[in-house]
Amino acid sequence: MNQRISARFDTARQSGRKLLIPFITAGDPDPAWTVPVMHALVSAGADLLELGVPFSDPMADGPVIQLASERAIEKNVTLGGVLDMVRLFRQTDSDTPVVLMGYMNPVERYGRTRFPADAADAGVDGLLLVDCPPVERDDLGSAMDEAGLDGICLVAPTTTRDRVKDIAGVARGFIYYVSLKGITGAGQLELPELSEPVKQIREFSDLPVAVGFGIKNAETAVKVAVHADAVVIGSALVEALAEAESSAQACALATAFVAPVRESLDNMG
Amino acid sequence: MNDERQSQPDSRGHFGEFGGSFVSETLMHALDELREAYGRWRLDDEFVQRMDTDLAHYVGRPSPIYYAQRYSEAAGGAKIYLKREDLNHTGAHKINNTMGQGLLAHYMGKQRVIAETGAGQHGVATATVAARLDQSCRVYMGDVDIHRQAINVFRMRLLGAEVSGVSSGSATLKDALNEAMRDWVTNIDDTFYIIGTVAGPHPYPEMVRDFNAVVGREARRQMLQLCDQLPDALVACVGGGSNAIGLFHPFLNDEDVKMFGVEAAGRGLETGEHAASLCAGRPGILHGCRTYLLDDNAGQIRHTHSVSAGLDYPGVGPEHAWLKDSGRADYVSVTDEEALQAFHQLTRLEGIMPALESSHALAYGFKLAASMRPDQRVLINLSGRGDKDVQTVAEIEGLSL
Ligand SMILES: Cc1ncc(COP(=O)(O)O)c(C=O)c1O
Repeated sequence: MNQRISARFDTARQSGRKLLIPFITAGDPDPAWTVPVMHALVSAGADLLELGVPFSDPMADGPVIQLASERAIEKNVTLGGVLDMVRLFRQTDSDTPVVLMGYMNPVERYGRTRFPADAADAGVDGLLLVDCPPVERDDLGSAMDEAGLDGICLVAPTTTRDRVKDIAGVARGFIYYVSLKGITGAGQLELPELSEPVKQIREFSDLPVAVGFGIKNAETAVKVAVHADAVVIGSALVEALAEAESSAQACALATAFVAPVRESLDNMG
Repeated sequence: MNDERQSQPDSRGHFGEFGGSFVSETLMHALDELREAYGRWRLDDEFVQRMDTDLAHYVGRPSPIYYAQRYSEAAGGAKIYLKREDLNHTGAHKINNTMGQGLLAHYMGKQRVIAETGAGQHGVATATVAARLDQSCRVYMGDVDIHRQAINVFRMRLLGAEVSGVSSGSATLKDALNEAMRDWVTNIDDTFYIIGTVAGPHPYPEMVRDFNAVVGREARRQMLQLCDQLPDALVACVGGGSNAIGLFHPFLNDEDVKMFGVEAAGRGLETGEHAASLCAGRPGILHGCRTYLLDDNAGQIRHTHSVSAGLDYPGVGPEHAWLKDSGRADYVSVTDEEALQAFHQLTRLEGIMPALESSHALAYGFKLAASMRPDQRVLINLSGRGDKDVQTVAEIEGLSL
């Protein structure tokens, strides 16, 4: 169990705070801006950071994150480079949990059993591999546990009750509920039903539940937070940051995006 | 050992260390459902009978075996036989698989089918089956391939399919597969994804192999009838590997039958511009399975090149990865230039115009036969016909049609 993640959720639970988890693609729009943007996100009220590891074939991602990944890869951002970013971030922030989100092949190429220890050493707290369901983890699962790296699991609207139970058995840190059938950044007119699926997760697990996919702004964040312990905002933020032309501007855009969401979450009452 | 060879994969879709289901959680239940439905219908008398009838009367099976005498004489060694999948309805082996999956979609009550395509042959075969079963159909195709396989794009549209261009990544087959997967997670309730080769998550590699194994079953019987003997070697091209595994699988326990899978060496393996994942790649994870693939040191999938759109793919079916490592099959490669030469040679000597994919198998089969004795036999899978490639060949030769 990773200390930074559990501590962050425990404190929030006591004070009734809803956690805000922004997602950004590491290295986009510019590798040198990522760490400053991470700090800006924290200052504006983010509780936990999700860093996307760029991959050439992001099957679960919509156009916004696909393009962000392509831009980052063009700037030679690698999994090792992402660890360097986290190491740099940790020099001045030792409390905010950082979770990497990505796909299996870069981890495979880095070394499936070597990676978790190196990631933990760099200051990473959790790992969410989109295309690696728990049954395929093999020795990666035990390597993560040994390193103190939380293997974050997804639950989807299509996940059956039996699978929720199985997933709850191996999940660490928090459970990430994917709010819709679809890819990241998908537009939807109405917010999906959340109370039943979240209730089902809680039946089998004491871990906090974060909800993501399709949350774009303060208004949707608040609606989701009624049911969840944490909300994840990804594509909308990545899209906003893509406009930046300098590190300072990227930080300003990050702050302008996150601050109002934080405020609305705090005023939910 | 023998039994083990033909009873792969295990219940979780693993061929040794390869295969599996590396997909996002949203798809896991759909794959379970598919496994269950396939497990049930494959044994159902009515389903099996309907498949057999359709394969006979609609596809035109069994496809003949043809002794290519003049091609053999030119090689000057072993006798060369061709399994004529090019004579199937729609012109390639791809229809064997789409007949099966289309019918399965029908039995599962799915009204909408989607597919990815490279050369367009799988797209055409999917659109064909969808038209007949009254299913709505969308085919994803890379922009590069839409250009080089224009005739097939038009055929799909005539058949009532929507063809969606894919511009991301390298705008070829791998990107079309990504986009089809994205469609599938979004429309999971009413959509059946007809994957066109033996790649992807479990149960696709097994299911697509089973539907194509009719090729090898027929060929084995036909060779025995024709020559009283099994062939000494089998040769087939490998993109994702469906025509090759379809031919190989029924022969896996025939120890004396050698097997050669031919990959696309493009401009030459040494140039890096090729699509030979088994010959020049390493194990990794792509499109739902662990298999050999082409990537860089950071694990990013590399862009590939082949003159033939159907072989232009950076991965390969996991069963081939397993056959390679176990040593049962050999994997070799043939350049664009050699394939083009074989295309012309077969056309001129035998009056059979092969697909550029199949031309890779022909080029290697010719070399192999040349190194063998006249009393030996090489069976080459002529996986498709070359009508779709006429424009590509003309362009390479500087002609505009
Ligand atoms: C005629 C033909 N042969 C071979 C292939 C390659 O696919 P596979 O390796 O799955 O047989 C294709 C793919 O489009 C094809 O059209």
